[in-house]
Amino acid sequence: MFRFIVRRLLQLIPTLFGLSLLLFIWLRRLPGGPETAILGERGTPEMRAQIRRSMGLDEPILVQYGRFVRRLIRLDLGTSTSTKRSVVTEFLERFPGTVELSITAMVIAVGIGIPLGYLAARRRGRLLDHLSVGGSLIGICIPVFFLAFVLKAIFAENLGWFPSSGRQDPTLGATRITNFFVLDGLMTREWDAAADALWHLVLPGIALASIPLAIIVRITRASVLEVLNEDFVRTAEAKGLTERTVRGRHVLRNSMLPVVTSIGLQTGLLLSGAVLTETVFAFSGIGAFVAEAIGQRDYPVLMGFILIIAVVYVLVNLLVDLSYSFIDPRVRVR
Amino acid sequence: MTISPSKKKEKIDRLAETAARDDERGVSLWQEAFRRLRRNPAAIIGTVILALFVLVALVGPLLVPHAPDAQLWKGEVRLGDFPGPRAENWFGTDQLGRDEFSRMIVGARQTLLVGIVATLIGLAVGSLIGGVAGAAAGLGGRWGRAIDNVLMRFIDMLLAMPSLLLAISIAALLGAGLTTVMIAVGVVSVPVFARLLRGSMIAQSNSDYVLAATSLGVKKPKIALTHVVPNSLAPVIVQATLTLATAIIEAAALSFLGLGNNDASIPEWGVMLADAQPYLDSAPRLAILPAVAIIITALGFTLLGEAMREALDPKLRK
Amino acid sequence: MALLEVEDLSVTFARRGQRTVHAVDGVSFSVDAGEVVGLVGESGCGKSVTSLAIMGLLPKQPGLAVGGKAVFDGTDLLQLDDRSRRDIRGRDIAMIFQDPLSSLNPVIPIGLQVTEVLTRHRGMKGAAAEKEAAELLDRVGIPDPRRRLKEYPHQLSGGMRQRALIAMAVACQPRLLIADEPTTALDVTIQAQILELLKGLVRDSDTALLMITHDLGVVAGMCDTVNVLYAGRVVETARRRPLFREPRHPYTVGLLGSVPRLDAGRGERLNAIPGSVRDVLPWPDGCAFAPRCERRVDACVGEPPALVLAHHGRSYRCVNPAPVAGYAPGDDVRAVVPTQAQPGSVPAQAVPDDPPTVPGLGPAPREEESA
Repeated sequence: MFRFIVRRLLQLIPTLFGLSLLLFIWLRRLPGGPETAILGERGTPEMRAQIRRSMGLDEPILVQYGRFVRRLIRLDLGTSTSTKRSVVTEFLERFPGTVELSITAMVIAVGIGIPLGYLAARRRGRLLDHLSVGGSLIGICIPVFFLAFVLKAIFAENLGWFPSSGRQDPTLGATRITNFFVLDGLMTREWDAAADALWHLVLPGIALASIPLAIIVRITRASVLEVLNEDFVRTAEAKGLTERTVRGRHVLRNSMLPVVTSIGLQTGLLLSGAVLTETVFAFSGIGAFVAEAIGQRDYPVLMGFILIIAVVYVLVNLLVDLSYSFIDPRVRVR
Repeated sequence: MTISPSKKKEKIDRLAETAARDDERGVSLWQEAFRRLRRNPAAIIGTVILALFVLVALVGPLLVPHAPDAQLWKGEVRLGDFPGPRAENWFGTDQLGRDEFSRMIVGARQTLLVGIVATLIGLAVGSLIGGVAGAAAGLGGRWGRAIDNVLMRFIDMLLAMPSLLLAISIAALLGAGLTTVMIAVGVVSVPVFARLLRGSMIAQSNSDYVLAATSLGVKKPKIALTHVVPNSLAPVIVQATLTLATAIIEAAALSFLGLGNNDASIPEWGVMLADAQPYLDSAPRLAILPAVAIIITALGFTLLGEAMREALDPKLRK
Repeated sequence: MALLEVEDLSVTFARRGQRTVHAVDGVSFSVDAGEVVGLVGESGCGKSVTSLAIMGLLPKQPGLAVGGKAVFDGTDLLQLDDRSRRDIRGRDIAMIFQDPLSSLNPVIPIGLQVTEVLTRHRGMKGAAAEKEAAELLDRVGIPDPRRRLKEYPHQLSGGMRQRALIAMAVACQPRLLIADEPTTALDVTIQAQILELLKGLVRDSDTALLMITHDLGVVAGMCDTVNVLYAGRVVETARRRPLFREPRHPYTVGLLGSVPRLDAGRGERLNAIPGSVRDVLPWPDGCAFAPRCERRVDACVGEPPALVLAHHGRSYRCVNPAPVAGYAPGDDVRAVVPTQAQPGSVPAQAVPDDPPTVPGLGPAPREEESA
């Protein structure tokens, strides 16, 4: 088990190297490189050259890349050209928000998706089945940011049930420890702060959950339908087991395998969606920050973000593989 | 019983005959799939939606009542109050006093164009990489495996990137614009096509009938052309249909982030939806119309794609 | 009264826009306590559907209709509600399936798959259940049962898996065991072991065994009584010896003829039955086997053949049965039970106009090489 984890983490290194090299070369080849971002469109050629020299941009690209990697090893991702602060600091401040939002979305998607998919399979061909299949099709086809808008317009601006933006009401003056606002509230026993942070997560959480929810419903349904036809379910029935035992022990557990895999693959979707959702709800997470960075051509931030995404993606899928081996004894990690 | 003996015998013989014919008649994969598609209501709905969409995209721009970029009713536009639906503007006008109906119709063409070009980019590049990797893996040998390995590691790297973020970074680097959106969304779908084609090519070349053909002495390139490629095509075509749906949605998301089409004279649904954000309260139709159009179109592609997948799935065939 | 009395059992699948399929079409047979009864036929003849219908395990689907009776120990299984059926399944009637790998849950240890039956029907829990489970595994010949309890199906060999399934089936000492092709997926050597095990289990416990198989070798080695099924109906019933010695229905004759024999000359051809199960005539239009039958006469078509009750409790459904030495055609008939008898209808008992070409034992007349 331990060796498996170590090997997977080691595999991450060449991926990161390849990815960063590719991005690095690409970035440097672009017209109007980083100096444009700093100077803007004006700036005399002399000033440009000055900046290029001071940033080491006049050296051979591999030398530059070597320097980049050396800094990377020291966890230095450079300075954001728009906020002038260290990219790592910016991320540490904002990443917790995105994690909270993603977890909320995943809890919603899994909590509703698995039971709904299961019920749809059990009631195949009936109204609930048609509704959830149709609903999940539409869920996949709705642009996330549009759904976010609609939710915000209806439930925040018109009905006023939920806050329309931000992560927490700043007038509460909540104490910050980890920057996970809900966690902070619980740790400091500032219950109202925790509740308020949770309240802020509901609408963006639902918007972000829409696509994963749709996918989980479909995969659960398909998987349960397949397992229901398996011989071992018939064996369980032939043993006279109660319906509850047959469903819980034999059907549900076996049908979870593809669902768990898909949850891992959806990390990417969640982070994509976070960029859109956070922008709509002015939710100060990493997504909104990156959306801004795109407009500002803030390359250090984009670069750092893509690297972080790659690490998160690999880690989550490592977790998925590990949990897979707990569900299915046939998959024993070596 | 009134049937005469000879009639009875005829009946049996006929029965035996049809049974034998049924056995021999090899119904082709595609014919069978098409037959099953026609019986699937989802496929029919999807096809109808797409037929309408394509028709509007092709013919619509020739018939629209007003030029989509002419600000004909600019004088009537007040802050937070635009002309609503009426006889001369069926869907009202937008924030710049342009006819929303004409913009929707012309926008269909742009949206279709983005979707198709993006999918074609993904399909072409993905199939090329996947096809080379699949062929290399099929030929085996040290070099074959090496080529396959390098290509697939590259594809894995692309796959590890969340699709929209990949598109965002490409778009961020190439600058905003229609071409950027098409390339970005296309590149995002490359890994899917590559893995799909490679996977099914490897599965095909390990199949019994390819083994049979090989043992009969058929040359490898011929097997690849006559057996492996045609049989690997089905999942790729299905995927292309599904990708059209995601391409349209992702293009809209890129437009929303300000990376989309920046040429205001050419309306496109994603851009229209993004531009309508400030007017959600005063003129929600400006957002709802393009959003609904995007959703329905994506739904059409998804329905048809899913139905095709089902129809071509050998597991579901009787 | 027999332990299990199946009467006129029918299973139909009606699907919109398609012809209704009569998978089982009026099957009747009985199983006495402690008896081994065979249900024999080609794949698609309805033998598995029959057993699943008795167990109430047919997958629920619209258009499925089960008719007739399956009386087990005085209660009609088909009339029971779901709960009472679950009480009987696994306790009084147990079942073994064809493919032991797919019939075992891959993600649950063998131990739990055995103890869950004990918990459900015998209220055993914890260590007691585990001890009993180990004893059961031991009884079906699984070595080192304590260790096996913790293992998963994929860690066992094919034969061991089938033994484990049998252990689960006999856990509550059922009075009837239904075995659906229990050896088809196994190696020949393992097949024999499993059959021996089953034989021993039923002999020791007075359990009745309903053996569903297409393998006449299994029938010859195990069964007391044999029912031959064709296209959803029992076409011949007989005790084992008479059936093998003097098959009457041309289909039975054909089945026996298609078994390769050691004493046949090397150049001799196997007597395959021409055609396939798909070439059936719908029963209401005559004998379903007629299109493939070599003893076909005009009377085979038009109405379904009646059931003929003959000597030694055997019966067959044929108007032109293979003759038996010592009896004139029609001599051995005790009674004729027409199916769907209408008032005044006379069962068609045709007398063959050509003399029997082959004495009782031999294969049915065969066509000259036509293929």
